[in-house]
Amino acid sequence: MMPNMNMVESVNSALQTMLSKDENVVIFGEDVGYFGGVFRTSDGLQEEFGKHRVFDTPLSEGGIAATAFGMGINGLRPVVEIQFADYIFPAYDQIVNEIAKVRHRSGGEFWCPLTIRTPAGGGIRGGHHHSQSPESQFTHTPGLKVVYCSTPYNAKGLLISAIEDNDPVIFFEPKRCYRGPFYGDPHNVPTWGGHPEAEVPESHYTVPLGEARLAMEGDACTVIAWGAMVHVSEQAIKNSGVSCDLIDLQTLVPWDRSAIEKSITKTGRCVIVHEAPKTSGFGAEMAASIQERCFWSLESPIERVTGWDTPFPHTTEWDYMPGPTRIAAAIARTQEE
Amino acid sequence: MAGDGSDIPLHIPDAPHRPGEDAEFADWPWKPGDLGKLDVDCSAEETSEHANGLVRVLGDDNSASGKWDPNLSADEMRLGLEHMLRLRIFDDRMMKMQRTGKLSFYMRSFGEEAIAIAQTMALESQDWLFPTYRQPGAQFVRGRDMVSMICHCIGNEEDNVKGRQMPVHYTFKEGRYISVSSPVGTQFSQAIGVALASRYKELDEVTITWIGDGASAEGDYHYALNFAGVFKAPVILNVVNNQWAISTHSNFASGLQNFAIRGIPYGIPSIRVDGNDFLALFSVTKWARERASKGLGATHIEVLTYRAGAHSSSDDPSRYRPADENEHWPGGDPIERLKSHLISIGEWSEEDHSNLSEKLDSEVMSAYKEAVKFGDLANGPYPSSDAIFTEVYETPPWHLMEQWDEMKKWRDE
Repeated sequence: MMPNMNMVESVNSALQTMLSKDENVVIFGEDVGYFGGVFRTSDGLQEEFGKHRVFDTPLSEGGIAATAFGMGINGLRPVVEIQFADYIFPAYDQIVNEIAKVRHRSGGEFWCPLTIRTPAGGGIRGGHHHSQSPESQFTHTPGLKVVYCSTPYNAKGLLISAIEDNDPVIFFEPKRCYRGPFYGDPHNVPTWGGHPEAEVPESHYTVPLGEARLAMEGDACTVIAWGAMVHVSEQAIKNSGVSCDLIDLQTLVPWDRSAIEKSITKTGRCVIVHEAPKTSGFGAEMAASIQERCFWSLESPIERVTGWDTPFPHTTEWDYMPGPTRIAAAIARTQEE
Repeated sequence: MAGDGSDIPLHIPDAPHRPGEDAEFADWPWKPGDLGKLDVDCSAEETSEHANGLVRVLGDDNSASGKWDPNLSADEMRLGLEHMLRLRIFDDRMMKMQRTGKLSFYMRSFGEEAIAIAQTMALESQDWLFPTYRQPGAQFVRGRDMVSMICHCIGNEEDNVKGRQMPVHYTFKEGRYISVSSPVGTQFSQAIGVALASRYKELDEVTITWIGDGASAEGDYHYALNFAGVFKAPVILNVVNNQWAISTHSNFASGLQNFAIRGIPYGIPSIRVDGNDFLALFSVTKWARERASKGLGATHIEVLTYRAGAHSSSDDPSRYRPADENEHWPGGDPIERLKSHLISIGEWSEEDHSNLSEKLDSEVMSAYKEAVKFGDLANGPYPSSDAIFTEVYETPPWHLMEQWDEMKKWRDE
């Protein structure tokens, strides 16, 4: 019998599993130790594994990343939390110039098996400093793997894969989905209870990095999304009445190009959805690659539905985030002859 | 082993007390007469005693004494008391609004009301304030209309930042109160630039900024001290040590149990002050302003206080510290201390206090009623989402114009 977990619990379960399995795994960040994290993802772990395995740090994202780098090149497997993705930028130099490049610049003599977990995305009235989804700021950095989970099941499986991976991984968790899937209606937010993707084994399992998940199957359009937008897209597909493949990308670098090619060869149509701004968003990279690889299969222009090229607003965030109506309209446009 | 007697290989600090434990603080050894007044042109090294001690004016019996007594008039003290009480009552009302869904989020200044209020009162009106989210009280000193503050917190159509920011992230340019940002610590180093620009323009303007004990671990804190020391910037750099950064005790912010002395190796005169002592705060700030104004450079101040409430409306401190910890904190309550002092010198009474309290209650209530006329978060109306697109740039470029049109299409459908 698989326990039903929400995403906070499944992230916690992944961390617990890896702390048990590998004594080189250490977890640290702001408020993650005694308190168990502001979102509760490390709740109980310090008590179970000790203060040297799960600990609080000074409020210093640059310091957290740099310390993790040092531990990583000296044989540990740190899993650090940046409390909100919006606060990752003091660590950006360490991540982009140091963590991402050490394997290459040292001729393969040093590497950094490090995972940086960070809650990302909007929908919690967090304004522009608690809502951003900065994945493309990291997909543009060679040397990093970039993961964006969407469900309790893939959160645990992907996180274990990330921790076991010998390369640095930036692991985004859609905070809007911690306690339930989000279908784009802020007035009706269900819990994960009863959701098939909330059936999470307590034991070790992996969801491989680099593989997408086919969340819905259809033949008229391919909808690609990650994070909270997977669920919003699911709702949009239902509303549209169009038979769609819904591909939950899961890993952005390296992304599962063959799964997407396979789907688009079948459907000939494609909508890419992300809540980050449009310009230089990861959707742009995908659209470019899809036209290179699938040009002769495409029956209509590739559509992108994204956040606007503006800061993320507080009061009016529902006019910012892509919702089911906008996505369904894009799906409909791909069906026009 | 870590060398600290524990059975784990790393030294990991802990908070002094956790839930289920007795909260115990040592009695304060510091008295108002301990520390002399420093010359404004003193060197950093000469402030060592003041950085290691604690400047107090109000003693344990709340009488005022010592060389740092600013000798304020009773009217000035009553005004300070009024602003502090106004802020406390305002905070309580805002928290109730948050609990009923009329605001998304709130942060009180509970227990720390004296800091921004006394320090801003000690400055001149042309001086710049570069606050964190825990210094909203400065706006009362600078005359901000309370209705406007509430409208910001709601994010309604009268919010001067147009529903863009979370509550408590005030902007009040008229009062030279610079926009609050969520990433902690960034303002501290930016303040040096504000101050150097004033000096460049040869204006007698001083910049005051604050940072929390927790955020003093960010690089920005150290950038600020270094730039301020190098360029002798006219700034007042305050580390508000309220001992808690959400659940993280100040033991994690520094290996020293003193924040003030960290300014000295940067060449900046540094003082620790009792942050719940209105008079000491006023006095030290006035002294720091004089230094800045005379071209003598920055002053670094540790404001020793205690976060008596939760970090924010999203926080539950009983999960990480004893519920009664505040009652054992030896620094007292800033409002009670100034009130007792005023009563003891015959310039205030319990009756005056309850009259003031009633007056402020009705002031806050009527501001609240006025503000919600412009909308609340639960019921609207909301500011126009056109504000998503304006002021991203001075003039929206073509791609924003296109996206703006698209947004309107979806919104208005």
